[in-house]
Amino acid sequence: MPAHRAPTTQRSPDEKAGLGRHVASRRRFLGYLIAAPTLVVAAELTRESLWGPSEASAASIPSGPQTPELYDLLDALRDAARPTANLIRIEVNRDGTVSFALPRSDNGQGIITSTQMIIAEEMGLEVDQVKVTLADARPELLFNQLTGGSSTTFTTYTPIRVAAALAHGQLLKAAAAELGQDVAVLTSRSGVITGASGRSLPFSALTEKAANQVTEQVEVTLKPKEDFRIIGKSQNKTDARAIVTGKKTFATDLQIPDALPTVICRAPDLNGYPEDVDNIDEVRSMPGVTDVEMVGTGVAVRAKTFGQAIDGVNALRVQWAAGTVAGENDESVLAQVKKAELPLAVPAAGGATVEGAFTFYFRSNSSLETNCAIADVRSDRAEVWGPMKNPIAAQAEIAKKVGLPSSAVTVHVTEGGGSFGRKLFFDAALESAEVSKKMGKPVKLMWTRADDSRQGRVHPLATTRIRASVAADSVLSFELRHTSVATEVNPGLGEPISAAAFKTPVIGNLSLSESIFELTQVTPYNFGVSTRLLNEVDMGFNTSSMRNIYSPDVATARELMVDQIAAKMGKDPYEFRMEFFKNDRMRAVLEKVAEEGDWGRSMKKGTAQGLGFHTEYKGVAACLVEIDCRPETVNRRIRQGVTGPRVTKVTYAVDVGLVINPRGIEAQMMGGINDALAMTLTSSLHLDDGHFVEASWDNYFYTRQWNTPPEMNIIVMDSTADEPGGVGEFGVAATCGAIACAYARATGKLPEYFPINHKDPLPFEPYPTVPPIPPSPTNGLETTY
Amino acid sequence: MPTQTFKLNGKSVTVDTDDDVRLLWVIRDLLGVTGPKYGCGINVCKACTSHINGKAFNPCSVRVCDVKPDDEVTTIEGLADGDELHPMQQAWIDRDVAQCGYCQPGQIMAAVAKVKQCQAEGRDLDEDAIEEIRNICRCGTYNRIREAIKAGAENM
Repeated sequence: MPAHRAPTTQRSPDEKAGLGRHVASRRRFLGYLIAAPTLVVAAELTRESLWGPSEASAASIPSGPQTPELYDLLDALRDAARPTANLIRIEVNRDGTVSFALPRSDNGQGIITSTQMIIAEEMGLEVDQVKVTLADARPELLFNQLTGGSSTTFTTYTPIRVAAALAHGQLLKAAAAELGQDVAVLTSRSGVITGASGRSLPFSALTEKAANQVTEQVEVTLKPKEDFRIIGKSQNKTDARAIVTGKKTFATDLQIPDALPTVICRAPDLNGYPEDVDNIDEVRSMPGVTDVEMVGTGVAVRAKTFGQAIDGVNALRVQWAAGTVAGENDESVLAQVKKAELPLAVPAAGGATVEGAFTFYFRSNSSLETNCAIADVRSDRAEVWGPMKNPIAAQAEIAKKVGLPSSAVTVHVTEGGGSFGRKLFFDAALESAEVSKKMGKPVKLMWTRADDSRQGRVHPLATTRIRASVAADSVLSFELRHTSVATEVNPGLGEPISAAAFKTPVIGNLSLSESIFELTQVTPYNFGVSTRLLNEVDMGFNTSSMRNIYSPDVATARELMVDQIAAKMGKDPYEFRMEFFKNDRMRAVLEKVAEEGDWGRSMKKGTAQGLGFHTEYKGVAACLVEIDCRPETVNRRIRQGVTGPRVTKVTYAVDVGLVINPRGIEAQMMGGINDALAMTLTSSLHLDDGHFVEASWDNYFYTRQWNTPPEMNIIVMDSTADEPGGVGEFGVAATCGAIACAYARATGKLPEYFPINHKDPLPFEPYPTVPPIPPSPTNGLETTY
Repeated sequence: MPTQTFKLNGKSVTVDTDDDVRLLWVIRDLLGVTGPKYGCGINVCKACTSHINGKAFNPCSVRVCDVKPDDEVTTIEGLADGDELHPMQQAWIDRDVAQCGYCQPGQIMAAVAKVKQCQAEGRDLDEDAIEEIRNICRCGTYNRIREAIKAGAENM
């Protein structure tokens, strides 16, 4: 353990501060005291810089992609001149509460709550004494204002603790001086520091005394894990009351003066654009309508209500240019992807060959809150509000779009109504700025559900081919080729730099995608020569991650083939995995689900158990599902709904390293499991004649109450790890694998495409593409209950 | 322009707007009551679920002119009794149901109506009854919703 490997004779900061604890061997971190009237402390968000010796430079100069276009020498000089600009700050307020603006985006994953817990832990506070908000776009943070890849807690855990520990140390010092006692005799609890005499001082009385006159860099040690009283204990989300009373505010709930509802009339084709409008003045005079303007992606209608804007949109007669995939359909796209499949390379080396090829169709990552943003663009400045996981890139792109310098564009990050990868991009924010500029008025832009479903980003169509050579009791080789419609991962790698880089053919999508694939996809079994390769075909789709890019599909294919290999060797799927796993951490989670889920119990004909496993995010996860594929279950009827095979029970065990909030982790796993059901069994988009057919939730069959497993048991494993791993996407991949394996075992058929219902006749009549928005019904009073 | 009058969360409200504007937009855009959410506009996702005279309905699919001056429209904002939460809201907090929270006002209003419907009809609030609830939660909180409905119902 690095913390204990290099004992030092130097006095720790705590000793210098008079804490006098035996902490000499504990790792020291660097933080900053900031000159301010009240106590303000800071830490660098770049993980590596925290570990350095005290001579480390305060300024963080970006390495990696060269980006003079968006971050040039002048920017660097400016930031070098203000060495504390790139820090995250904790402030102790005059009312004794503690504030922190988290440079991340919360879309329900609970990171505001877990951040409150981390700060409260380090400062001896109660969770509700810590106020966490979402930071506006801060370009000086460079790569460090991105929410994606389940990375938030992993990347922010230590920096936030450093700042919090420093703040607490300064408050203790101030209290010691005030009470005339040594810091060692003080106790601190719930924002009150108490001396040996029993006299106590609240943080509110100390923050000015603890304030620093000058900004300086100092060293700090962190609270030992053994003393944790908040981290590791279940904490309900701190916005729960606001949510259940309707007070939580999303972007479209904001009341920004004169930002009237605005909807864009979009093309019938995916990414088609307007050439001309036949009746723009007629629509301008419709009830409630204030403005109608042609913009890049369609024709924008601003009105007093969204309903009137939608009516305006549907009344427009627009001449459309063809889209980016005009005339294409699922089959034609799949044919091109298959043409790009890389060959399997390992020569047949004796033994039997086990081979499989699987297709994964387009799926929508549309969240319940559709793409939306508010923009107020003036001649000299712009202000934009929206749920954005990558606000720095948004700020740069918006500035470019409206012809303002980045510094004149303020980007506020609102709490989002779900993301799942969708809000890594900022399509609505960019549009809202363009529309506001064109109309010369503030706008509250919202995509309708049909827009979000048909023109929004999708998880790409992909294939996975696997070939293994199998000897009597070993696997000689395991080759995996994943081929996909290109996924735009640009903001996933962060910020304006990559948003620009991905537009250049030289750097391109391919190499970075390959890097991500290589960095995330692990075959967790000892399978001899093991190769994994990705190839992508850029075809003009709007793509993005959906609770991961590759893992759920790759895990589905891999776990199905693992069952096939086990069968070839005559081994039980559980015993086989336990034998071939690379380490005991993997075995522990599989053993747990087998035990808790009663693996191998007798199952009725047409029902079966299935296992899945995945490793990523510095963690391991195993899943055991039970599925019911009997006709009476598969064929049960639900109005405007899809039924099919029912997953009746899920047992899930996950080891994500240090556990911050067990209840929050369970929630994320539950969401991932329900996503896996949809991806594997019920929900996909169908491309037909250049557009996606699905226009709403009665076409796109995300998991509903009648699909979700009646029994779900999620086990968060105890861990001795010092740091937390990633959680947000971790419920999906192992569950996809387990469902696919259970389905194959229950039906005796190896599925070749997902979701398994993709080629069934459409259970709905598609909505027209012109006019683009299905009109609201008027019979809502006939369906009350 | 026509004048539209109805009761919203216990108070009589009057707005000037066209007859065929759907009630959801009157509530959200003209009256600034934002608990009911837009999720589809075609009575499918149920995110806007509210109550009319105590029964669940979806204001995205009702013209404002079809609501009478005496009709009591209740949104999530009107469910609690002052500071005292409705048992279903409390159950939602106790079970830590919400993730992003966007659909949850509609989920809670649907749950309350479903429990009342079962009570009125003398039915058990079993799995089948709960699976009649059509509200979508894209965060996938369904399993905690099921637990919370049963817990909330015990105090209703």
